[in-house]
This record gives sequence, C-alpha cells and structure tokens, in this order.
Amino acid sequence: MSSSNPARRELVLGRDTQAGTPVQAARRRKFWPPGVIASVVFLALLVFALVLPQWVTHYDPLVSVVTQSLQPPDAAHWFGTDRIGRDVFARVIYGARYSLLIGLASMLVSLAIGLVFGIAAGLGNRWVDEPASRVFDVLSAFPSILLSLFVVTFLGQGIINIAIAVGIAGIPKFGRVVRSRTQLVRRANYVTHAVTCGLSRRQVFFRHLLPNVLSAVPVIATIDIGAAIIAVSGLSFLGLGPQPPTPEWGVMLAESRDVLRVAWWPSVFPGLAITLTVIAFSVLGKYLQRNFEGRTQ
Amino acid sequence: MLKKIIVRLLSSLLVLWLAASATFAAIHALPGRIEDVLAGDLSYPGLREAIAAQWGLDHSLGWQYSHFLVRLLHGDLGTSYVMQQPVTEVLGSQVWPTVQLAVAAGLLAFAVAITVATLTAGRGAWSIRIASVLELAFTSTPVFWLGMLLLILLSFQWRLFPVSGAAGWRSLVLPAVTLALPTAGVLSQVMREALEQALDQPFVTTIRARGVGELALRVRHVLRHALLPVVTLGGWLIGSLLGGAVITEKMFGRPGIGTVTLNAVMSQDLPVVLAVVLLAAFIHVAISTLLDVAYLFIDPRLNTR
Amino acid sequence: MTAAVERNTLLRTRGSAHSRDRLEARSGVEGSAGSAGAKRPLVEIAGLSIGFRHANGGTPLVRNLDLTLHAGECVALVGESGSGKSLTARSLLGLAGHDAVVEAARFVIDGRDALEFGERDWRALRGTFAGLVMQDALVSLDPLRTIGAEVGEVLVHHRLLRTRKAIAARVQQVMADVGIPDPAQRARQHAHELSGGLRQRALIASAVAGQPALIIADEPTTALDVTVQVQVLAVLAERLKQGVGVLLISHDLSVVAGIADRVLVMHDGVVVDAGTHDEVLTNPRHPYTKQLLAARPSASSKGYRLGSARFVGVSGEGQPVEAQPAVKAAAEAVSIVREPLPPRHRDTSQTVLEVQGIGKRYRRPGTDSKERFTALEDVSFTVSAGEVVGIVGESGSGKSTCANIVLGLLEPDAGDVRLLGAKWNGHEVRERERTTLRTRLQYIPQDPLSSFDPRYTVRRLLEESLFTQRLSKPKTMERAVALLEQVGLSAAFLDRRPPSLSGGQRQRIAIARALAPEPALIVCDEPVSALDVYVQAQVLDLLAELQAKLGTALLFISHDLDVVQHISDRVLVFKEGRLIEQGEPEQVFGKPVHPYTRLLVSAVRGSGAAAKALEGAGVV
Repeated sequence: MSSSNPARRELVLGRDTQAGTPVQAARRRKFWPPGVIASVVFLALLVFALVLPQWVTHYDPLVSVVTQSLQPPDAAHWFGTDRIGRDVFARVIYGARYSLLIGLASMLVSLAIGLVFGIAAGLGNRWVDEPASRVFDVLSAFPSILLSLFVVTFLGQGIINIAIAVGIAGIPKFGRVVRSRTQLVRRANYVTHAVTCGLSRRQVFFRHLLPNVLSAVPVIATIDIGAAIIAVSGLSFLGLGPQPPTPEWGVMLAESRDVLRVAWWPSVFPGLAITLTVIAFSVLGKYLQRNFEGRTQ
Repeated sequence: MLKKIIVRLLSSLLVLWLAASATFAAIHALPGRIEDVLAGDLSYPGLREAIAAQWGLDHSLGWQYSHFLVRLLHGDLGTSYVMQQPVTEVLGSQVWPTVQLAVAAGLLAFAVAITVATLTAGRGAWSIRIASVLELAFTSTPVFWLGMLLLILLSFQWRLFPVSGAAGWRSLVLPAVTLALPTAGVLSQVMREALEQALDQPFVTTIRARGVGELALRVRHVLRHALLPVVTLGGWLIGSLLGGAVITEKMFGRPGIGTVTLNAVMSQDLPVVLAVVLLAAFIHVAISTLLDVAYLFIDPRLNTR
Repeated sequence: MTAAVERNTLLRTRGSAHSRDRLEARSGVEGSAGSAGAKRPLVEIAGLSIGFRHANGGTPLVRNLDLTLHAGECVALVGESGSGKSLTARSLLGLAGHDAVVEAARFVIDGRDALEFGERDWRALRGTFAGLVMQDALVSLDPLRTIGAEVGEVLVHHRLLRTRKAIAARVQQVMADVGIPDPAQRARQHAHELSGGLRQRALIASAVAGQPALIIADEPTTALDVTVQVQVLAVLAERLKQGVGVLLISHDLSVVAGIADRVLVMHDGVVVDAGTHDEVLTNPRHPYTKQLLAARPSASSKGYRLGSARFVGVSGEGQPVEAQPAVKAAAEAVSIVREPLPPRHRDTSQTVLEVQGIGKRYRRPGTDSKERFTALEDVSFTVSAGEVVGIVGESGSGKSTCANIVLGLLEPDAGDVRLLGAKWNGHEVRERERTTLRTRLQYIPQDPLSSFDPRYTVRRLLEESLFTQRLSKPKTMERAVALLEQVGLSAAFLDRRPPSLSGGQRQRIAIARALAPEPALIVCDEPVSALDVYVQAQVLDLLAELQAKLGTALLFISHDLDVVQHISDRVLVFKEGRLIEQGEPEQVFGKPVHPYTRLLVSAVRGSGAAAKALEGAGVV
C-alpha cells in the first residue's frame, strides 16, 4: 500500500456505509426498556408464586371462614375475602399455577403441531404445502372460542381438555408464521451460499435452515402465551375447565359474579392478575421481536 | 383478474367443504356408537329411531357423509334431541340479539380504532406512548372481566345502564362496549403501525412537498394504506366478535346464540354445537372471501397483468 | 411594517384570484428566460446551519453553507452519503424535519426571509414556488393513486385551477411536456405500470404541474439505467431552458456534468469545493475532492491502485496530500500519480469456464399466457485461468441470470456449461457430483450481509467455507486468521458479527470467505455497487491484488462501465439477454462497434450526443 497513512486518509474521506445517516439514527426511539424490566420482574415474581406459594401467603386458599365472608381489603386480608370467607389474595397466588400452567400447556400443543406442519409446508413442494395450508385454513375458519367449545363438547370438561381445546385453536397461528418464515429462510442468500460452499442438503437444513426458523419461535411463543392464558381463563369462566373450589382465576371470576353488586374485590383482583400477566408476556414478546427483527434477515 | 377471483372462491368453497367434513369426521371418530354419542344422557321413547333416521345410520358411511352434506346444503341443520326441536328453530329465535351485539361492537371498535390511529400516528412520542399503553391494556384484558368492571362502575355505582337483559338500546350499550374494546385495541394497533409505516415512505415526503398539511395527508392519502391490512383482518374480526359474543352474552345475561351454545355444550347437545360452529365458519369464510376479493380491487398493485 | 402587511395579505389571499394570477403570470415569464443575471435570485443563503437537538452530540449536520440560485440556472450539490446535501435541499422547502434547528445569517427564498416562516408559509410555497423530485418514482409516488391524481394534486390542493376539466387538461399538458407519450391513457395508470424512465418523468411532472420557479431534484437518476438517466436529465435541461432554476443533488460528479452551471462539493456538512464542473474536475482544491476524483476508476487507472492516487502539482513534487494548501490562487494543471498493481498472469491455454449457447426463458409472472420472457439467448464465452472477464449491461440484460447459471443455481434451457472441463449443467449431472467441484467456484454478492447467516460470527463464517477441506480445528483457525490478514483485517475481527461492521469491512469478509477454498473462479455480482467511492477503490484494489497473487479467475459483473474497464482483461456487453459485443476494454469502450455499446459509452461520458442518439433509437 502507499506510504501515506491510510487510516488518516479514511478520516479525511471518512464515510464507509453505516447503518443509516445520523439523522435517521437520531430518530430511532426505544419505547419499552423500563416496561420490559417491569415485565420481567413481574413474571419472575409470578413464577415464584407458582413454585412456592406458601412463602407468599400463609392463608390456605381452600379454607373458608364463613363468618368472615365478603370482608373488604384490609391489613389482615390484602385482597379481602370472597363469599364464603376465603382469602382472595391467597386464592390469586395459588391460582397462578393453574392459569399459567394450563396456558403454557396449550401454547405448547399449538407450538408442537404448528411447528411440524409449518416447516413441512414451508419446505415441501405443492403436494405438501397445499394440504397443510388447507388444514390451517380450516382450523382458522372457526372462531377460536367456538372451536374450543366444539372440542370440549367432544372431550368433555376438565383441565386437560381445555388445554387441548385451546391448543388446537392456536395451531393455525403458529403454523402460518412458521411456514412463511421457513419459506423466507429457504430463499435466503446465506442458504444459497452454503450450497455453493459444497454442503449437502441435509447439512444445509440442520446448520442453517432449522436454526434460523427456530430462532423466531421463542418470540411467537411469548406473544402467544398471553392469548392462551386469556382463552383458558375464558373457558374456565364458562365453567368448562377446573371446577370450584379450585382457585383458578377464571373460575374465581365466575364465582364473583353473584356478589358483583356488593363486593368489587372478588372480581377485580383475579381479573387484574390475568391482565397483568398477559401484559407482561406481551411486552416481553414485543421487545424480543423488536430486538431480533434485525437478526432475521 | 377474473381468474384470481375464481381461484379465491374455489379455495373458500374447498375450505368450507373441508370444515364440514372435519366436523363429520370428528363425530364419527369418537369411541362408542354414534347414537350414544348423539343422544348423550338422554333417553326417551323414539329417540334412537329419530337419530337413526336423521343420520341414516343403517346405511353405509359414505352414504351418511353425502347425506350430511346434502342436508347442510339445504339449510337443514339437524335436530336438537335435548330440546326436541329442529336446530334452525332453536337458533333462529336467538340470532337477532347476537347480530345486534356483534354489529354494534364491530362498528364501535372500528370507529374508535380509526380515530385513535389517525390522531396518534407519527405524532410526538407522548401520544404514541399513551395510545400504545391503552391498546396493550385493552387487548390483554379478558373480555368478561372488562364487562365486570364496566358493570361495577356504570351499573352498580352510577346506575346508568341495566345489568342484564335485552330490552331497549340501553341494555346493548355495556355489552357492546365490552366486546368492542379489546377488538378496538387490536385494530388500533394494526392501523397505527400501518400508518406509521406508510408515513415513513418516500411518497409522503413528495406529498408534503406539494404543500399538503399533516391532517389532510393522513386522512386523504395515508389512511388508505392503513386500511389495507385491516381489510385482510376483516375475517378474523368477525370471528373474534362472534366468539366474544358468546362470553359477553353469558357475562351480561343477554339472550343470543352464545347462551344457546353454552347450554348446548353443557348438556352435550351435539347437533346444536355443530350447527353453531359450522354457521360461524360459514360466515367467517364468506366475509373473508368477500374482503379478499375487495382487496384485489382496492390495491392496484395486484391488478397488473 | 408595510412589507409585513404585504406578506400577510399574500398569505390570506391564498386560494383566491391571486393564485390564479400567479399561475398565469408565470406562464408569461416562461418564454423570456435567460436574463437571469438582472433578476433577483430565487434562493439566497449565507451561513446556513442545520442541526438536530438529539443527534450528533449537538453539532450541526450542515455548517456554514452559502448557496445562491437564479432562474434558469442549475446548481449541483455533490457529496457522499451523510454529507448533508439532502438535508440542505429539504430545508429549502422547510422539510428538514420538525425537530430540526435551522440557523443562518441570511436565508431568503423568493425574496422573503424564510427564517420567519411558519408552517403555513412553507406550505404555501411548496409546490407553487418549488417542486421536489426524489429518487425512484416507484416509492416516491403514492402507489395506490393514479398518475393523473398525483400530477394534479398540486393544482387541486392550492386551488390553482377550478374545474375538473381544466385540471385534467393541464395534467395531460404537463405530462406531454415532460415527454410522456399518450398522456390521457397514462394518467389513468398507476406508478408500477410504467417503465422506470416514464415513472421518473411522471414524478417530475407532478413536481412541475404548479409551474414552480425552482425544481429541487434529489438524486433523480440514481437506480436508473444509464440510458434512462440521460433522458431524465434531458427533461430537467428542458426546464432550465424555460427559465426554471434547478438544484440538483447527486453523489456522482459525472452525472451532473452536462447540466450543472455550478457545482458545490459537500463533505461532512461543509462545502469544500465550488466552481463549474470542469473547474472542480481539473482543479480540485480541497483534499477531499482531490481524493474523490483520484479514487474513481477509469481507463487511465487500469493496472494501478486506486486507493493510492495522489494529486501532484506542475512542479512535479509528490507532496503528501495533507501538506498542500487548501486554496490555490491560480488554476494549476494537476495530474494524478498512482502506484502500480502487481502484474497479472493470464494463461489462455487453460480454460476455467466454458459457456456455450446457453439460453433461459421465464414465463411472465401474473399471467397464464404462453408468453415467455427471454432472459438469455445463445450466450457463449470462455474464461481462462487467471483472467478477469467483465460483464456489463443494464437491468434486464440477463447478467444476473447468467451468473446464476454459471454458479449452478439455475438450469439453462439450452446450451452447455463446463467448469474446469467437467460438465456443469444438465439434469444428468447430479448435485452430489457437483458438490466436490463446487469449492473451485465461489461467489461474492452485491449485498454480503444477506449472504451471511445472521447468527454467525466472522469466525464461523470462515470456518464454514473451510468446511469441505476437513482440516483440524487449530489448522482451520490458522487458515482463518491468514485469510483475514490477506484482506487487510486483523484477527480481532473473528469474534465480531457482520451487522456491526461497515459495508467495506463486510465486503472484505465476503472476499476472504470466497478465497478460503482456493477457487479457480470467483463470480463477483456487483460487489462494489453499494459502496462509496473511496471504499470502492480500496475493495477494487484488494480484489485486483489478490487476483494477481493467487491467479484466480474472476467473472466480474457490474453496470458501472468505469469499474469494469478498470479491472477487466476482457469485457462482455449484454443487452436484453444477448451478448452483443466482446473484446478488450480499450477496444470495446474506445471504439465500440455495436450501436447499443456506442449508446452506453456516450451516455456514461455524459455528452449531449447521447440524448440525440436515444431519440433516434426510439428508446423510451
């Protein structure tokens, strides 16, 4: 190279291509970081409540003290008591495991089936893609709640059944996203390049295709689990899931309907729990999506 | 162009046919004899014979299947054994309140979403933040809990609206608002994102360079771009409203298809549930197809040869 | 006081007879252009500075800029990305951004003090006093509206014309003025239905419909084929003749050659050089401009390192650039001194790639008609060992299709491809047989980032390309570090991720990766098109050096004639799927035989003859 300092010269002429001009960089604002932190903390606490509820509250969620029925929130009962004197706070804490785990289970059902069908559809030729897409179309032709109701009609009521019902209704969402992602990755330049490097098709699949498709899954899963929790609590509200006296949040809401006129606390707190949980998952999921957006292609 | 429309129509018919077949297969895939499944816990004289006759159980499976499809095409949705009535009668009387609710909620959601999205897109960080938080809150709230909150506030505290029933327009307000809000949240989010994406496009600078003001820009130009993804969402929207109506009706004690369906699920009245599900699927697919075809006309980019 | 009252009256009467008068008055002015000197300037700016509160540490992005523009005059702002030229142009319309801080000693537009302007005032002059033409009409026009609606919007919004008929007539007239044939039909179409050149003209039409006194054209010809660029510039030249002022922004000095009266070279927010085009070209004053011009590839730079170019005064002293004074009193003739590249070894007896009569047809998307689009037809050429063969052509000429066929990613409908003597295409050849040979053929793409797995670090990328050599772990690492050194990057880059690197660095890694399996032939598909001039120079130097050292053959595809001429031993000219001319670059570009090649060459050289030749050829 020449004698004069190339680094110095680069300073004079400077600009190599960077990510956007300074003006554009200035305009990019981030909205979520404090919310993300709050969400993660909240979810961590929830998991703690799930695993060790007895450390959070000393009350038993099933024990009813009828003389204490419908006490408003006070120092002894932070969330008050319900119609038959059970501590609402304890019930909310113990109920976390039901809503969360059933929601998680149904999300996993959707994930597993949607993933398999989605990848097959994205990779395969028309003979594989068309049937798989039709399956998704058919499943999504039914409004998800009605589809879940239909499945429950067959399987009967109960925890496992509503997990399956909600899971089946959620298949098209996963399946379609996975399918389009697989198609995208399949056509990506780095996949083409791997072929030119002399890798076999099998190697390309396992080294590039599958990892890049799977990398998008946690994001969808996190966003979807919120919807799953709402659906599960909805079915429980309708009386199709866990039965009283199980402290599942949807069930608690159904029970609180009778006393709505006189007591707001048996309904507000469980509902708030559901809402906050779903918000936390959504915020986390959107944040992951935003940060992995640049990584996808 | 015509070819695309025909392809879309055929595809929808295929989906409907598959949906009907899937429900048929689901019924027959259950363990146990079909009469037992359909009869459930009931037992009264003439029940078994009625079931056998209607479903053609003494014929081959293939015959049963085609008979099933033919029945559907004629609009015969079967008979509810629990209620000892044709399903169409059971549903028919209850359709109107649900339609009222769904339409009211849908229109309200749409109106709210457009206003919020148009006013907040591309403006300062604060309005976007507030709108985002509200949208997030509404889409994360279970619809039945939202109803409860509204009841507590507006029915019990302030006695503005009745708690339940279907008498007069006042009893429609709370259920409609309850059903509309989560949907409005989703729509608003989608529209705002589409608006913001559109506002980032170079053609917006060209429009500004012609002297068009910000509000006129949004309403006359960019809104069209934002409505495109909403059109594709239309089918989902209907489905979500129908499904949400079930829960809302239970919540507010409103008569309607939702209540009927729930009772049917509880009493394992299969023909009714089947009919509702197929009907919902039909509406969903029909509206999706209409919207997809409309989309082909609206977006000129899809029009090219 | 009276001036302020006058201004307010002006604003309040917008939309009334006043505007109509303005429209008619201006059309009267159109004929009597040329006496620019006597008139007041359209734009008069001194000491302009534009900054953003939250960016760049508070330092303004444009500093101390002076600009004066008269009617019938064309001023060009030239600079690389990030130099502030677009920002300056947008500020003339008040479109710098609502959070922009604009300060100036003097900022007069159309005789009024623009620093006092409120949003209303800006909106009043947008479209009526000044029109904006941007890059790429496909995204700069609303895709959902018809061309007619877009062109007529200025008229409707500012209420310059009243009846629908009048507007429609005017729209068609403007479209015809800019050279769009059959305007009545075109007005009903949408942007994506028109060809690139027509689209851009429609964009210009939408900017001039309000008969503005000033046209601001921000990279109006970028991303267009060279032949189309000439047409678009001709439209602007027409307007100049009619007395409209033009502010032209470009990153390429040669584009503004035929049209600009004055050129301002911008770098890092400041104007570093000014003068007529020829002045700047032959006597650049600022070190930046000097390097910019010296680093451009051309016929004279062939065989030399571009990055090493230095300007040398008549006295013959090779002073380092930084030591020279920034301003020269008189125009001295300067020459460019460059360091030579290592010599190449071509071995024409050994054929690396042999392409015989390949053809490829596609069915046109969107229709079910039997109509087939011919991407390639009867193309034959060879590449010898150690040779650099350049492929040049415009978009749609088939060069990418050719590259894909050579790489074995696409099957030709006809013809044969032989790589190192072995049959490369055809359904009888199974992928497994090709796999072993694949490593002798590598690929450098235009956008390297998309060809890197987004999860991979540089280390993994290099490891993957060394995969088939089955070396041990430590040996692979050794090789990887050696490869990085060869392309001028330190071993510290191994753990970096490509998205965090600059464009030039990414391209170097792509080169390193391509060299890893020691290929006999590398296909380079527009490898430097996305890079700024100086980085481009460095990458070209690197490629040339490595090619000479390792004896690898290159198939270099580009739309940029200068780059191809600089680097190639032989050139192939493609047009609409056919190979229309081939030979040594000096021959093909110096004495072109085929009329299309002649067209291409003259378009690049920027002479007015090109436009005439285009009209003759009937190209639209």
